[in-house]
Amino acid sequence: MQITDIMAVQARYARCIDTDRIEAWPEFFTESCLYRITTAENHRLGYAAGIIWADSRGMLEDRVAALREANIYERHAYRHVLGLPLLEEEGPEGVRSETPFLVARIMRDGATDLFATGRYLDLWRADETGAPKLAERIVVCDSSRVDTLLALPL
Amino acid sequence: MPDHNIPDAVLPAGLTSPPEIPWPEGLTRIPYWVFQRDDVAAHEQTRVFRGDTWNYLCLEAEIREPGDYRATTLGGVPILAVRDHDGEIYAFENRCVHRGALIALEDFGKTREFTCVYHAWSYDLQGNLKGVAFKDGINGQGGMPECFRMAEHSPRKLRTAVVHGLVFASASDTVAPVEEYLGEDILDRIGRVLGGREVEVIGRFTQELPNNWKLYVENVRDSYHASLLHLFFTTFELNKLNMKGGLIVSESGGNHVSYSAIDREAEAKAKAANDYAAQNIRSESDYRLKDPSVLEGQDEFGDGVTLQILSVFPGFVLQQIQNALAIRQVVPRGVGRTDLHWTYIGFKDDTPELRTMRLKQGNLVGPAGYVSMEDGCVGGFVQRGVVGASDRHAVLEMGGTDARSTRTRATEASVRGFWKAYRQHTGL
Repeated sequence: MQITDIMAVQARYARCIDTDRIEAWPEFFTESCLYRITTAENHRLGYAAGIIWADSRGMLEDRVAALREANIYERHAYRHVLGLPLLEEEGPEGVRSETPFLVARIMRDGATDLFATGRYLDLWRADETGAPKLAERIVVCDSSRVDTLLALPL
Repeated sequence: MPDHNIPDAVLPAGLTSPPEIPWPEGLTRIPYWVFQRDDVAAHEQTRVFRGDTWNYLCLEAEIREPGDYRATTLGGVPILAVRDHDGEIYAFENRCVHRGALIALEDFGKTREFTCVYHAWSYDLQGNLKGVAFKDGINGQGGMPECFRMAEHSPRKLRTAVVHGLVFASASDTVAPVEEYLGEDILDRIGRVLGGREVEVIGRFTQELPNNWKLYVENVRDSYHASLLHLFFTTFELNKLNMKGGLIVSESGGNHVSYSAIDREAEAKAKAANDYAAQNIRSESDYRLKDPSVLEGQDEFGDGVTLQILSVFPGFVLQQIQNALAIRQVVPRGVGRTDLHWTYIGFKDDTPELRTMRLKQGNLVGPAGYVSMEDGCVGGFVQRGVVGASDRHAVLEMGGTDARSTRTRATEASVRGFWKAYRQHTGL
């Protein structure tokens, strides 16, 4: 797995969310996976709970279905800006990387705020075609605060 | 500026100008100005948060050892909650008596004493001033005057009380003991979740709400909105007919419990009739959860209660939604902003399966919660909706006009209860 492969997948991941095609978002993950949104403070203290916590692709699909069909929130979009991934050595589990991000939130009335900054702590595994899939994505937000609510995934 | 044409006597307590409309009699009308005025917010600080109330500060588990402290807040006022070597918990304002700077800058820690960074005045763990740098001057020059007595200066101290591991504090000398303030029903139901258990924090998040704090605490007490605003359970056909529930409102009105439980009798009847289909409310949706394990919780308290939302006036919430347990602390940040501090908890003796279930069911609550994310924005919808409507009022007539316990949750009784307590404390 090359760093360019991972960068390409990350770019597609960001575009998938930012262009409101979140139905495709679970496909970036392996069937059994861990997706968790937490904060730097919780991460440092080893607290296991998440703002979102999912250990299967099914749970991610359910999250998308809930956002589309059940949950009520004002229309908004994100703009992800990703930094360069830092790759760690490949281990038996897969390849680990750390990637900084900025996410702006654009509300329906045009108000744009810096919604979150942080880093993705990722574990990548190649699927049968050799494409990197996320076996784990821990989204560590720098701030311990969330403005209003967190609907769309980071 | 006061309007000098109107005698002060007609102004309700705490208001600096006449209200846009008088507060109508009874508990069913809430004037919108109460969510909008700076003078109301200032008045609440004295009469509600520093008045005859008990306010949640932190968990006892967060300050277990002598010297452990937690920087927290009482209605926005910075507070230190500290465990001293006598085993007792003390609370005092996190504010140096010298020039008003914060005494502690970290959210929590362990210390032998507190020293203000500004001029190094120091305090013991009970908030007593113990040291003044250069008190006697340097080489006979400067220093504090002879008449300065450290014992005469200390940050304001609060009364503290521990209830099933929850640390409450009061700035009032006249407030009733905490057990009386809570009432027996509320105390029992705190004990139901936390009694005799060793709490472990598993996550902490702060949600910033774009609304007045009272819009959030109304929402918490509003059992009427649950199935209407939060469509997650309905959409995925997870509502059960064989549920029973109810609402408990304390005598003061200010504290409440809303609960629902599996109705064992109805369940047995349905099973006997082999009528499994009747257990589910049919809806028009075709949606099913791909991974229903999120709802395979355990009946950890052994009483079939799947939801218990408990509030204590003014800003404390204890939540049990299946196995997702959390404390919520509501803190006003000016008229139109509120901090909602979530502390997700488990117990030291959780089995790994139960702990994993708490993490999974954490998806139901918090800023991204399936059944709570709407509560983050709906207060803002009201705050924005009532702009220009200070002379109008909300209508709270669902389930009658009183603020008493009921067997139904299709009522606004506990919202009316909040306002009953609010008006009593504020005199508005």
